[in-house]
Amino acid sequence: MTATLPDDRFFRRESARLVATLTRVLGVRHLTLAEDAVQETLAAAVQVWAFRGLPDNPSAWLMTAARNRAISMLRRERTSRRFAPEIGRLAEAESVHTPDSAGAHLPEPLRDDELRMMFSCCSPDVSEDAQVALVLSLLCGFSAHEVAEAFLVSLAAMEKRLARAKKVLSGSRALFDLGARDFDARLTAVHRALYLLFNEGYHGASPDAVVRRDLCQEAMRLGALLVAHAPAATPATHALVALMCLDAARLPGRLDEAGELTELSRQDRTRWDGRLIAQGLELLERSARGEVVSEYHLEAAIAASHALAPTAEQTPWGEIVQLYDALLRLRPSPVVALNRAVAIAERDGPESGMRELQQIRGAERLAAYPFYPAALGELELRRGRPRAARKHFQAARRLARNPAERRFLEARIASIDAGRGGQTERSDGEGPDGERHRAAER
Amino acid sequence: MSEFLYLYRLPSDSPDMPDSPQRMQERLAKWTAWFRDLEGRGYLKALGHPLETNGAVIKDGGRTVHDGPYAESKDIVLGYSLVQARDLAEASAIASGCPVLTYGGKVEIRPIRQM
Repeated sequence: MTATLPDDRFFRRESARLVATLTRVLGVRHLTLAEDAVQETLAAAVQVWAFRGLPDNPSAWLMTAARNRAISMLRRERTSRRFAPEIGRLAEAESVHTPDSAGAHLPEPLRDDELRMMFSCCSPDVSEDAQVALVLSLLCGFSAHEVAEAFLVSLAAMEKRLARAKKVLSGSRALFDLGARDFDARLTAVHRALYLLFNEGYHGASPDAVVRRDLCQEAMRLGALLVAHAPAATPATHALVALMCLDAARLPGRLDEAGELTELSRQDRTRWDGRLIAQGLELLERSARGEVVSEYHLEAAIAASHALAPTAEQTPWGEIVQLYDALLRLRPSPVVALNRAVAIAERDGPESGMRELQQIRGAERLAAYPFYPAALGELELRRGRPRAARKHFQAARRLARNPAERRFLEARIASIDAGRGGQTERSDGEGPDGERHRAAER
Repeated sequence: MSEFLYLYRLPSDSPDMPDSPQRMQERLAKWTAWFRDLEGRGYLKALGHPLETNGAVIKDGGRTVHDGPYAESKDIVLGYSLVQARDLAEASAIASGCPVLTYGGKVEIRPIRQM
């Protein structure tokens, strides 16, 4: 009993791989059976491995066990004779390759299994919300309960959403063909789903920091799969993963020692992850090869501007405003406009920022987003109007989606009451994560 | 030193495994850590084996056969181990750290009859 699992997310990843591979071999109509077989296999592994220790190659053990289980489940079906071809394919599938390690360095067939599943989840027949839920369930090994938690949705509602989406998926003729003509269009949907997944982790509502970190990491892992698969490794893919790296690099700085949110201007920049920043910059460079500038290019460039500024004061707000101008043209949304207004306040002062905030088109779509009133509050504060600021912060506090946000906003109110709101704890008219508000976008 | 049989039991109506791969891995980690600890402290005589949850019960000289893993009780035995400890009190103390207790199971401790 000396061997240990590669890491503490091994079962999740294996679950995703096994489901993807079984579904490929069995056909997508057997998605539920594949999921059940994998579930039972993992349960058996817990029992057997607890007593006997890990096998030399846990992934191979799981694959073989899952295959055998699927075969016996198929045989048990009343109509098992009809499934003879599936059983045959499974029995012959010696080539169900197994990886030794995590990440994007999978053998190609396995990587393709996961990619095909990822592209299948992002079908236009499935709503965007359900796509992200499907990705979490089928490609990240989250249980329905865990997906529900991540999105602050009731378990019943999430189970329904997942069941409906899986029905669509298993009703399709086959998993997505990576050589299909609509590959590019589907890739765009995949980008969007991964982007939403990452944002849910970075800016989302779940109060559980571990859950949110997992969402970010899963989005990055799946992004890395795209980068490693030539047809999917487009400039937009590189830009998207660059964006994730550059944002994730700052995650360690967002939470202070006490686990409280810290806004960008006050973060300890030495705690940012230099390796991720370097990786993000390299990806950003590789993303510049094409002609097209995607929204991910612009967002990644903004993230890079922040990541590279040695101090908050040295942030190139002029450049950032220009990038937001371009982003707003590409993706007009009140959230982008909110970010742009904040950047303008930094460049030109709070009066200008306030004007921009008040002119946001479609601001009603921000009605439930705490950092819209919070931004108003910060700017009022900097205009020397603490009473108006306080009202905004109170409105923001009422909208807080989790305890960390609530404490953050309460601290702002307390500092106003202490008469030092605008000075010693000067903030930059931003949410706790500073430069970019995206959570309200969905 | 005496030897004890640990029977890991779970009520047959309680779900024996969470549906989340993450929780399953955490459960495996608990069991592994627990066995390692027993081994490290010299209590573990034999790891024993996990048991399948199906099986049969034969009684009345073979005239009655029940499908299923249990005789009369409503528990399923998930597995067993052999532990050596000074006495029943120590064996009980050791068993109190068993992961099965954290999800509705129990450990039945039976001294091995020596003579």
